[in-house]
Amino acid sequence: MTALLEVDGIAVSFDGFRAINNLSFSIGAAELRAVIGPNGAGKTTFMDIVTGKTRPDSGDVKFGESSKSLLRMNEAQIARAGIGRKFQRPTVFEDQSVAANLTMALKASRGPFAVLFWKPTAASEARVAELAAEVGLADHTHRKAGKLSHGQKQWLEIGMLLAQEPRLLLVDEPAAGMTLAEREQTTALLVRLAQTRAVVVVEHDMDFVRRLDCKVTVLHQGSVLAEGSLDHVTRNPDVIEVYLGR
Amino acid sequence: MTCRLIALLLSLFLVLPAAANPALEAVIADHLDQIERPSRRTVEPLVAQIAATGPEGLGLLSAWAGRALGVTETGRLVIVAGDGATDAVTGQAVRGADPKMLRPNAGVRGVIESALVAGEVSSPDRARRAAALASIARDGTPEHLAALRAAAPDPDPALAARRARIEKLLAIRFDADPAARVAAIQDMAGDVGLDFRAALNPLLATRRVASTEEPQGANIAGELRVGSADFPREAAVALLTAQGLIQPRLTAADQRNALAAHIVDGRVGGVSAAELSDPQARDRAYEALEGAGTVPPAATEAETEAALADIRFFDIFAEPEAAVTDAARAAQRGAEWRLVAMKGIDLGLDALSLASIYFLAAIGLAITFGVMRVINMAHGEFIMMGAYTGYVAQTVIADRTLSLVAALPLAFAVTFAAGVVLYRLVIRHLAHRPLETLLATFGVSIALQQLAKNIFGTQARPLTAPAWLEGAITLNDVVSISTIRVAIFGLALLFLGLFLIIMKRTRLGLEVRAVTQNPGMAASMGINPDRIAMLTFGLGSGIAGIAGVAIGLFAQVTSELGQQYIVQSFMTVVVGGVGNIWGTLAGAGLIGVLSKVIESFNPSNTLAAQTFMILFIVIFIQFRPRGIIPQRGRAAEA
Amino acid sequence: MTRQPFILRNPSALVVLALLAAFTLAVTLMSAAYGSGVIPTSTVKVLGKTLCLALAALAMDLVWGYLGILSLGQMAFFALGGYMIGQWLMYARTEAIVAASLSGNPIPPTAQELREAVANQIFGVVGSADLPLVWSFAHSLTAQLVLVVVVPGLLALVFGWLAFRSRVNGVYLSILTQAMTLALALWLFQNDSGFRGNNGLSGLQNIPGLDGVGQARLSIWFLWASAAALALFYVLAAWVVGGKFGSVIRAIRDDETRVRFLGYPVEGFKLAVFTLAAMITAIAGALYYPQAGIINPAELMPIASIYLAVWVAIGGRGRLYGVMIGAIVVSLLSSWFTGGRAPSIHLPGYTVNWVDWWQVALGLCFVLVTLFAPKGIAGIFDRLAGILPPRRHGRDLGPDQGALQEQEAKA
Repeated sequence: MTALLEVDGIAVSFDGFRAINNLSFSIGAAELRAVIGPNGAGKTTFMDIVTGKTRPDSGDVKFGESSKSLLRMNEAQIARAGIGRKFQRPTVFEDQSVAANLTMALKASRGPFAVLFWKPTAASEARVAELAAEVGLADHTHRKAGKLSHGQKQWLEIGMLLAQEPRLLLVDEPAAGMTLAEREQTTALLVRLAQTRAVVVVEHDMDFVRRLDCKVTVLHQGSVLAEGSLDHVTRNPDVIEVYLGR
Repeated sequence: MTCRLIALLLSLFLVLPAAANPALEAVIADHLDQIERPSRRTVEPLVAQIAATGPEGLGLLSAWAGRALGVTETGRLVIVAGDGATDAVTGQAVRGADPKMLRPNAGVRGVIESALVAGEVSSPDRARRAAALASIARDGTPEHLAALRAAAPDPDPALAARRARIEKLLAIRFDADPAARVAAIQDMAGDVGLDFRAALNPLLATRRVASTEEPQGANIAGELRVGSADFPREAAVALLTAQGLIQPRLTAADQRNALAAHIVDGRVGGVSAAELSDPQARDRAYEALEGAGTVPPAATEAETEAALADIRFFDIFAEPEAAVTDAARAAQRGAEWRLVAMKGIDLGLDALSLASIYFLAAIGLAITFGVMRVINMAHGEFIMMGAYTGYVAQTVIADRTLSLVAALPLAFAVTFAAGVVLYRLVIRHLAHRPLETLLATFGVSIALQQLAKNIFGTQARPLTAPAWLEGAITLNDVVSISTIRVAIFGLALLFLGLFLIIMKRTRLGLEVRAVTQNPGMAASMGINPDRIAMLTFGLGSGIAGIAGVAIGLFAQVTSELGQQYIVQSFMTVVVGGVGNIWGTLAGAGLIGVLSKVIESFNPSNTLAAQTFMILFIVIFIQFRPRGIIPQRGRAAEA
Repeated sequence: MTRQPFILRNPSALVVLALLAAFTLAVTLMSAAYGSGVIPTSTVKVLGKTLCLALAALAMDLVWGYLGILSLGQMAFFALGGYMIGQWLMYARTEAIVAASLSGNPIPPTAQELREAVANQIFGVVGSADLPLVWSFAHSLTAQLVLVVVVPGLLALVFGWLAFRSRVNGVYLSILTQAMTLALALWLFQNDSGFRGNNGLSGLQNIPGLDGVGQARLSIWFLWASAAALALFYVLAAWVVGGKFGSVIRAIRDDETRVRFLGYPVEGFKLAVFTLAAMITAIAGALYYPQAGIINPAELMPIASIYLAVWVAIGGRGRLYGVMIGAIVVSLLSSWFTGGRAPSIHLPGYTVNWVDWWQVALGLCFVLVTLFAPKGIAGIFDRLAGILPPRRHGRDLGPDQGALQEQEAKA
């Protein structure tokens, strides 16, 4: 199995502080992966680098079959290449309806002129309705996103990610602020998504990670400390020291 | 010029008490006829004799040169001033005299004047020696040169130096011996004084000559090549025409006039007048006229070409001595690069003073923007308020120094209060909405501007600097800087220091820095971010007020004063980088230097300079979007 | 964003078009040239100019209200449009005058002579007699009409590309746009820029070839043209902001970063809207200045653009009809108050003369609108229509300032 995303020896520092230090990471085309690590381990910075928000000082990030380097692309190009990202806090366009939010995320040509002459079709409307139903917002399509509850916004954002049809999904702490029932729903969704694409979940919550039942990467001080099944890494003395010791 | 000196001397002598001067009496008695009919060639010993008799003699001479000397029927010399007349020897008033005025020719007057100046440059009174030197420096003559050389050395070292310099300058211009002139030029080489450059210029003046042969006996500066950058073909043709070597080319206007003059029955040269809107038809008509001999033939292109091929062009020095022009050229070349260096220094000083003005104007803006991410569009109006405060202080306190001393804290207080009020009433309610704050403060800005117009009127109000701030510090003819600008530089330095002390050494500074970095965290540490924001806003506004007083000292105080500085202040902040005093300093420095450098390319066009500067800034932002000294860390990434 | 026809999605467009038509008809019927003459020609011109300002405000709303870029240099495009059409107006008219005066000569002038005489006539005032290069197309109406949109469009394109590419935004961008218009104004102020320095272009109210028509009828024609342009661009703007494109640009306004992660080339969208708005503004200017009669570089000073922002803010940004109302109401009120026709208020001890105090009142009004009615006049319509903005209290929920806040999110 060739890797979909290959991160090779990246390093980045902010004013002398090394946030990422010689980090290497790879994930297959249809795989679920949890990334855990204490605060400041570089989880968010890692996602920033993959999505083009932050440029690494050294190293390379390759994506797709042709192993295209992502470092020369901007955020929008990376997103179009098939990498979707879900932020920690729900970021939806609050001034616009749920349907408009989803329509914007639908996979379609992104150029200004293509968008200007884009017309809704029966197919596009059906897809929006389908997505809304999938994330439990079927009755809310005409409400403004700003009027949704916190959890509903989380779901709307997940719906938007699905609409984008990414090949790699980066999810930052999806369980934060969710009820127990919602968490289970989320877990099921992530596991299902990982059957057809790569999903990277950054999470603090060990219970949630256990429920995902997947390979785990532990980050510490900007590099990979351990990798394997959850049981394997929790037995690793280094991990125990980092999480419990000191 | 000499007349002024003479008038001065006249007035001096006229107030002297009358005293008999037997020596003068005797000289006059012996040479009266020579005084009445002087000759350039023989008058010199006589003038020397008269001058030697003392003040009355000098008075007589200056009156003589100034054509104010008359001789009465009784043979007495009288000095006429207006309607009255005084005896030249005794100084007593003469009534009812109807003297015959003496009108010495220019040569004689020259002799008399140099004798006078020679007398003056060795006068025991220092002020009069200085005045005489100044007069010579303004308008020297060959006689002055001789007089200066003959006079006794000046006891005052400063005057002696000045005299030596003037003597050299005169020698360059008038000395009969070329070797002496060359020596004088070489002596002064490297000097950047205006007077030296002015003395060299006439030596190096050239005229252009067209001739088939190399001109004989002329001091040739160089041969010109037709078509080179400084001697285009048109210039050569014009020169040939001016010297009558070729016929003038026919201009379109001449052709038209000639044709118009020969219209007969609506036709000219066989061409109908209505067709003459076509240039080729005009040429045909004109050639027909030429052929008929009605108009003189115009020079053809071939003739011009032949003349150009035949004739050589030379630049010829007006000064005949090659040795002198060579020395002058060498001296000028030497002076030129020193001049460039001096101009660079002068430019640097100008830039520094401009930078300190921008710094003063922008520092308040930088503080408020840095701490609150708020652009205060009314900042310019705070500058204006400060300037008007200075004006009001001046109308109340008569003493300029005192009023300035009072105006500075007063302006700070007024604008500090205005800033606090603006913060509490408007800005506080628009927290985290920077664009709306920008708009609301703009509303305040137009209201304040109109208010100032209503109170102080539309005409400019003067804010006069005290006498000790007027004038300039002059290094030489090139490098000088006005005292006010030095003072503003000092003020800017003072504020930089003050700001650093407040920020680094006081509790307030600590709290301000805390709020800037993380308002939420600062609040949880017991700092009231609202209070800190209010104080910083007041501080920034107060500094704007002080900048207003400083700017008002050299600019006109109008209600639009602030507008002229606001955009530059924004630029300073943007270019420098936000939230860092050094950034503001760097921004002000860059903008100051840049505007002066751009301006120096075309000093007459300050508008173009400003345009290019703004363009530069727009491009600069491309490469450093966050300014010269950007905010660092992950916070800046968001 | 449904598959309904355009008009059904934008009922306000129909209202605006109807009102505009009614207004134009009413003015025409009351004008001196085509009706009772109740409205003098000068007032017709003021109304026509006001429509052009409304068009500029419409374009400003696209940039600011929808895209979120507070451009403080918008009037640069307006004035550039005016300069471009002004070049033809002035050249063609001067040419006619010069040709008439030269035809008295015994010899008809050559084309070269005619050109020189025109140049001398136009540029004598700035001490030049040559036609600058920028006037190369001044003889052609078609060319200058093309330049009306091309020059401001290119300026917007280049400036926007530079600014957006380096991700300058927020107040930085506002200041930069302000600098742009200032630079342009200063450049035009020079005599050797080729646009007659501070004299500007004048006599633009006389349309070459239409000498016999008279200002009374011309003013009505221009009113029609302005109204037609406003109607056309209102529909265009409503169409642009109504669809997915509008959805994307409003999203850019609210959270640019998120739009990037959706894969949209944010810079391209910004550039498209900025350039489109510049072109619309330029057309408004090209219609405005023939009615004003004169244009000079003072029209480009930053203050003019800020006034445009004031109108848009008072009208209510983000609502196309709102900003038009704002521009029309505030500019008409301004000219009424500063024209000296508003009655003074006599207070004990002081007489409030509106010529002096209008600016103060406007400034304070503006502060009050920003503080208490951020949606402007359009906010009143919204309230009538029952569209209430969420009340904002508590902490921001989104990562960016201005996102919805805790309490409103619970609603």
